[in-house]
Amino acid sequence: MIRFEGVQRVFPGVTALAGLDLEIQDGELITLLGPSGCGKTTALRILGGFDRPDAGRVLVDDRDITNVPPNKRDMGMVFQAYSLFPNMDVRTNVAFGLRMRRQDKKKRHKSADELLALVGLSETAHRYPYQLSGGQQQRVAIARALAIEPTVLLLDEPLSALDARVRTQLRAEIRSLQQRLGITTLFVTHDQSEALSIADRVGVMHAGRLEQLDSPENVYRRPTTQFVAEFVGAMNRLPGRLGDNNDVQVLGQRLTLLNPNGEKPGEAVDALLRPEAIEIVRDSAGAGTVTDRTFLGSAVRLEVTLDTGEKVLVESSSLSAHVKLGDRVTVRVLADSVVVAR
Amino acid sequence: MMVIGPGLAGADELVAGPPPASRFAWRRGRPRTWRVLIFVLAAIFFIGPLAAAFKYSLQQDNGGYGFANYGQIIKNHEIRTPLVTSLEIAVISAVIVIALMLPTVVWVRLKKPTATTVMEFTTLLPIVIPPVVMAAGIQQFEVNAPTWMLKYIDHAQSGLIPFYVILAMPFTYRALDTGVRAIDLHTLVDASRNLGASWPSTLARVVLPNIQTAVLGALFLTMALCLGEVVIATLLLYNTFPVEMVVLSHQAQIGVSVALSMTTLGFTFLLLFGLSFLAQRRRTGGRVGVL
Repeated sequence: MIRFEGVQRVFPGVTALAGLDLEIQDGELITLLGPSGCGKTTALRILGGFDRPDAGRVLVDDRDITNVPPNKRDMGMVFQAYSLFPNMDVRTNVAFGLRMRRQDKKKRHKSADELLALVGLSETAHRYPYQLSGGQQQRVAIARALAIEPTVLLLDEPLSALDARVRTQLRAEIRSLQQRLGITTLFVTHDQSEALSIADRVGVMHAGRLEQLDSPENVYRRPTTQFVAEFVGAMNRLPGRLGDNNDVQVLGQRLTLLNPNGEKPGEAVDALLRPEAIEIVRDSAGAGTVTDRTFLGSAVRLEVTLDTGEKVLVESSSLSAHVKLGDRVTVRVLADSVVVAR
Repeated sequence: MMVIGPGLAGADELVAGPPPASRFAWRRGRPRTWRVLIFVLAAIFFIGPLAAAFKYSLQQDNGGYGFANYGQIIKNHEIRTPLVTSLEIAVISAVIVIALMLPTVVWVRLKKPTATTVMEFTTLLPIVIPPVVMAAGIQQFEVNAPTWMLKYIDHAQSGLIPFYVILAMPFTYRALDTGVRAIDLHTLVDASRNLGASWPSTLARVVLPNIQTAVLGALFLTMALCLGEVVIATLLLYNTFPVEMVVLSHQAQIGVSVALSMTTLGFTFLLLFGLSFLAQRRRTGGRVGVL
């Protein structure tokens, strides 16, 4: 188990980590998600030993590793930039960590070949990094990180330099490998779909703090803070009014309030609702008009302007969305709970 | 002739002639002629004196041509010894300067990038300070040096190498810095450390092979400097190769002196060719892993 205990890191003029507390269970894959500068990469670098915290400590299986140098940590890391050693062929790259552990040549080449087979690149063993595509290079980097049989796998936005198709494919491969090997993994990304699709738990970070650490579904559907609600996925901000029993009245419907904070009933708030949590029905007597329509492939995103002036984003399956621009519609909330902004 | 846009003012200018590319083809030929001419003039400028010097080095006392002057370099102990001394100084200085400067350059780039300006200024000092001033300073140092130290700096090798290392600093620092800037140093070092490599191992197995052209350039510059430096060696009374060349020319053995120069030049050219060959291999991917 990995534990960050009150880890702080301050750079001149910037607080990268403001007391991070995080626990990662054995065999778990956690993604740290957040905007640029939120501290997610700093957390990963501190775990990898490339940076030291100003306060707090990092523990692996209850052993304090805060001051252990990176070459003594037994952690495999895949970097955002292509990190294969240009002067070595693929097999030598994969075997590098084993060579550093003084494993004999035959054994380490056998291990390297097995790992290359695992990532489907056996035929590239004698090629040099510049002879590989970006996706292949990152696969080799994964094999190289796994070769040392690390206690933890660290992934620092490893897919960000790849095109969309390769990214999706490699994402699935990483998840499958991680589950097959049962290796504890920390994955840092700013890509929401990547974070939600690959992780056991997602940690959303903001200004050096962990805003929420939960299952992908809960982070998306039950955000505990305004930042998480607005950062993860698209979000509507609609006027609402607080009720008597921790509820909010929005678009004429009563929804459970997810983040009560001692407000008084009757107080005006902004309700945060996902586009897919809202449904529209074509209705000549409806209270809104479709003013924009964007085809997204599997879905259609519609903008409805209410007679009161508010704009509402609605997302429906492209097969079921038959409304056209200018149609009059009735807007209905499908969700039964909501987060409010203050 | 076909006119496009009839009735337009200045229609004559809109005459559809040959396509612009072929119309100005003669202009493309002109720079080529100039290039060739400039190349020939430059070649005469550089090769002319070299050819003359080579011819002079082949001239023998009997008026004929031969390799007697070159034979002198091999046969004459007084000429051969300073050459060997200078080669030893050059090789040792080059190795020391790389061993000192490579970790420094990497450290500055990784840990203290703000110190780059200070480093650039500091490494320029050996060029800014005239060699005569440096030699005078060294002389003062030697006069006041403790006796135990004097026996170490008594030989040309031990006496000159520390100062040649300092003199080579500006060239070495710049060559290595350029090489280090050309690679993703941070990522490569982090990857190597993450895989269990120590700092010396990272430098030797990851950084060095990936900046080998820059390292070879730095080695070459240092050796060229050591084989050509005459002011400090003369003032400190060490008999090195360039000092011997000056002595020979004063002793009216100009033929041998020129033959010695040509030999050095040939050695330098060989080094340059070796360097370009390695760089070429690197570009075309003929690399070999270091494990």
